[in-house]
Amino acid sequence: MNAIFKRPDNLTDAATHFCPGCTHGIAHRLIAEAMDELGIADRTIGIPGVGCCVFLYRYFPIDALEAPHGRAPACATGMKRAQPDRIIFAYQGDGDMAAIGTSEIIHAANRGENITVFFINNSVYGMTGGQMAPTTLLGQQTTTSPFGRDFKSEGYPIKMAEMLATLEGVAYSTRVSLHSPKHVNQAKKAIRKAFEMQINEMGFSVVEMLSTCNTNWRVSPLEALTMIEREMIPYFPLGVFKERTGKDFL
Amino acid sequence: MTEKKLTKGNIALAEGAIQAGCRFYFGYPITPQNDIPEYLARNLPKNGGTFIPAESEIASINMVMGASASGKRAMTSSSGPGISLMQEGISYLAGSEMPAVIVNIMRCGPGLGGIAPTQGDYNQAVHGGGHGDYRNIVLAPGSVQEMFDLTIRAFELADKYRNPTMIIADAMIGQFQEPCRLTPEKPVEFPEKPWALTGRKGRSPRLLKSLYLGDYEQEEHNLFLKKKYDEIQENEVMVEMQNLDDAELIIVAFGTPARVAKTAISLARAEGLKVGLIRPITLFPFPVKQVFEHSARVKNILVVEMNTGQMVRDVRIAAHKDAAIHFYGRPGGGFPFPDDVLGEIKKALAGGAR
Repeated sequence: MNAIFKRPDNLTDAATHFCPGCTHGIAHRLIAEAMDELGIADRTIGIPGVGCCVFLYRYFPIDALEAPHGRAPACATGMKRAQPDRIIFAYQGDGDMAAIGTSEIIHAANRGENITVFFINNSVYGMTGGQMAPTTLLGQQTTTSPFGRDFKSEGYPIKMAEMLATLEGVAYSTRVSLHSPKHVNQAKKAIRKAFEMQINEMGFSVVEMLSTCNTNWRVSPLEALTMIEREMIPYFPLGVFKERTGKDFL
Repeated sequence: MTEKKLTKGNIALAEGAIQAGCRFYFGYPITPQNDIPEYLARNLPKNGGTFIPAESEIASINMVMGASASGKRAMTSSSGPGISLMQEGISYLAGSEMPAVIVNIMRCGPGLGGIAPTQGDYNQAVHGGGHGDYRNIVLAPGSVQEMFDLTIRAFELADKYRNPTMIIADAMIGQFQEPCRLTPEKPVEFPEKPWALTGRKGRSPRLLKSLYLGDYEQEEHNLFLKKKYDEIQENEVMVEMQNLDDAELIIVAFGTPARVAKTAISLARAEGLKVGLIRPITLFPFPVKQVFEHSARVKNILVVEMNTGQMVRDVRIAAHKDAAIHFYGRPGGGFPFPDDVLGEIKKALAGGAR
């Protein structure tokens, strides 16, 4: 009998700690599939940030370093410089990258560190119980913006993929979504391309993934998926914001 | 005889790092340690190394973490405010059992403080600084030669115990020049690193982490670390002791105050006052046994520091219960001159105020 669908080789069979309906698991699967296809897992080291992504090492059977909150791009910098022939990726949430770690992500990107960063944007701090993040949408109610985010006091949701695309050191910056099969396929291509950028020594690559947090959004998994389409994408447009085609930076 | 070269303390330290096999330096400018990154920016690449002028001290220590996790020798250096920013990373290094060398050429504080020589960061280095139940190995050079030699030792100890090692020196030690042998006294030790993250090829995946959520997992980890720290205390004490045989008073001092104390002790002995010196070279592990043994007999101790008495507590804990402990300190860039110390010696011998 031919298997037409199976668990990727580089995804363990551990039951995830993610809430039912959360799309972190999809992102994990896509990264595992990309590692399978590119044959890089033997030489890949993953660096999770702090938050729901922290248990990355339970699900990927690869070497891993647990970074302090927001610092994964700096850890990845030191690691990649020490081992330029290894594939180094960081996996950060929106609190991790877009709040406490803005300095580290911007400067790693600006130096053109030849690393890959996967960024899960679910508009809240998931693991700590759904507090307001820099990516929280205007009007969105969270435990720390109980009356809805107001730009007058909390500012506007921060667009990381666009911002990072402005930096010369960035080879690839894109935003994808995980809310429908079509978008999952697009996300898969983006993840693969980001790894390829690193393999080809093109410089810094980042894939922002719009992701659900139905638990903290206080909606059903299905409703959460439609909220990405209805509320997140209009503010966080999908697309490729920068893609280097040659080593034109040299 | 090995050739000696007139060398600045900070440069001896930086050259010591290169000779110790350190090939990765990450740092952010701050006075009075800028000679270190400037020397390494020029000389690390010549030796196949990497220098990154990091965006902050927070980034610096995390870059150190990434290089160290890769099994390479990595270092950063800074001064007070920058070292404060690194404490998060240092705690993670200790918790995840990764080696690293962190240099603090101390400036005055609190806050932005001043850039004059001081020892105000003793507690930060020796008694924590970061969160959680951990210890740094802390080395305190007292000469330019020790800036070189102890830097090599710092890398060896960090690797041996998989633990962050700090070198703390006042700006005097960092900035003055002395003749220095710039070659290692003995072959540099390179322990195996069967824990380094290099990609899983041919073996099972490795993990460096400090998060323990299971029942009692964290407690078990803390007790494991405690055992390691006890082992360090047992095996790695370095201390210089002088003129203790007939001493009626012991000065305990490290770094520049220990040098001043030596002059004060000669002045005192010229006047017939029997004074000896215990100079801790490792601040953790503190020379507990040495202080206890000698204070059991002498029972009169004068601690001299360039702060308000941060080491006094460790001396008190180590000393014999009947020992009188006196303190003379000049914080915030004030300087303990030999005559001042001689005055304090006389007061202490006369049974002056504690």
